[in-house]
Amino acid sequence: MTETGSLLDWMITGSIIMFKVMIIVMPLMLAVAYLTYAERKIIGYMQLRIGPNRVGPRGWLQPIADALKLLMKEIIVPAKSNNYLFVIAPMLSIAPALAAWAVVPFGSELVLADVDASLLYILALTSMGVYGVIVAGWATNSKYAFLGTMRSAAQIVAYEIAMGFALVGVLLAAGSINLGEIVLAQSGSLLHWFWLPLFPLFIIYFISGIAETNRAPFDVAEGESEIVAGFHVEYSGMAFAVFFLAEYANMILIATLCSLLFLGGWLSPFEGIPLLQPMFQWVPGLVWLLAKTAMVLFFFLWLRATFPRYRYDQIMRLGWKVFIPITIFWLVLEGGAVMLELGPWFD
Amino acid sequence: MISELTRSVKSLLLWELVKGMRLTGKNMFAKKITVQYPEEKTPQSVRFRGLHALRRYPNGEERCIGCKLCEAVCPALAITIETAPRADGTRRTTRYDIDLFKCIYCGFCEESCPVDSIVETRIFEYHFENRGENIMTKDKLLAIGDRCEAQIAADRAADAAYR
Repeated sequence: MTETGSLLDWMITGSIIMFKVMIIVMPLMLAVAYLTYAERKIIGYMQLRIGPNRVGPRGWLQPIADALKLLMKEIIVPAKSNNYLFVIAPMLSIAPALAAWAVVPFGSELVLADVDASLLYILALTSMGVYGVIVAGWATNSKYAFLGTMRSAAQIVAYEIAMGFALVGVLLAAGSINLGEIVLAQSGSLLHWFWLPLFPLFIIYFISGIAETNRAPFDVAEGESEIVAGFHVEYSGMAFAVFFLAEYANMILIATLCSLLFLGGWLSPFEGIPLLQPMFQWVPGLVWLLAKTAMVLFFFLWLRATFPRYRYDQIMRLGWKVFIPITIFWLVLEGGAVMLELGPWFD
Repeated sequence: MISELTRSVKSLLLWELVKGMRLTGKNMFAKKITVQYPEEKTPQSVRFRGLHALRRYPNGEERCIGCKLCEAVCPALAITIETAPRADGTRRTTRYDIDLFKCIYCGFCEESCPVDSIVETRIFEYHFENRGENIMTKDKLLAIGDRCEAQIAADRAADAAYR
């Protein structure tokens, strides 16, 4: 009797959690689909083109059509590939990209898992994403895929360090590694958000985020003329779509983290301004977070529309010889200031 | 020394990157140059070199006299002509084929024609559905000529001063 009761309890709890997960993942998938549309539109506009405008009104159904096309396509498995790893690689790539969302706070109460070490958890999971890339390139058993893999893996690992140091700066300033508490530590006003007191770290985090997600101008993994699409050249159909989803989900994750860690998360930008603060009191925090995330994502696309691809050695130089020294220097400075209880990082 | 310093400060402040982003940011709101093809089209020159046609004189007599200059000048060897005397004693083509797969639309045939018979029209939207349709026979070419004669004559007249 008690056995079945506990099983029932377990099932109810499980389905509630599943429901919550769906509430996060479904809009995320939709956001990914429309991020591709936004990307094509914005880059098109910046290049004096119109972008997709044929499928549905103003091209709004374009991402749906793309997704349907990929669903219908055959998944071709190369004859000499390692079949098992070949199939598992896309999953390895998307699982961390989705799992990291579990600890992302969408508001002061809106968080799926309020883990104390949530920043650590995110750092750990985003590093896992590189295994998807490595395994994909290895399992394909194609030299171009493998070259692409080595490039992206080396790049991701290099920028992971700068990114980690940037995050250390944030947690020094916030005095916590819980994402919710980090956001609350930024409350006060627009100028209390960490983007200003930690400006170099903010820029470095953002640029490393671009390099982490293999986005332009750091997308050496896909040199059209030399190695085509990089590690996923041999993937087709849904397997390719999963990599694509992972890349864009990671992009959105980085943008969300950027707004959480440096742009005050769900806090209103009008906080502390006498007249505007009560005027915008009714806006829910989630809206601010989404608006900030959208802004950061717009910057991602803007950068892609503007800059040519970095050469591979330039990327490595930037990562190892510029970003890491700057972050270390900044950490020492900031650590000293925090220890001596000096502003602006300690208040 | 000083220039080295300003250079590194500039690169640290991402100065040139910001300048580049300002340009693309401006362009985002600039007028778009896309031509939405099936509905909108770019203007064509009177010298446009599209699908070929064989013309006739106003009295209905075909212009081509079978001199084979076009066949000789064709750099892609796309034209094949056979001639024979007609009942009234004039030399006429019995076969006039242009292989559109070989043709490079250079306009030499039109240029070389002493009687302005073979011309290139403004037609550029066409396709083949079956094997062999790429060979434009004399009948097909004459039919195009009959269909587009007004446009062809107008284009030749407009360009006559520059020839």
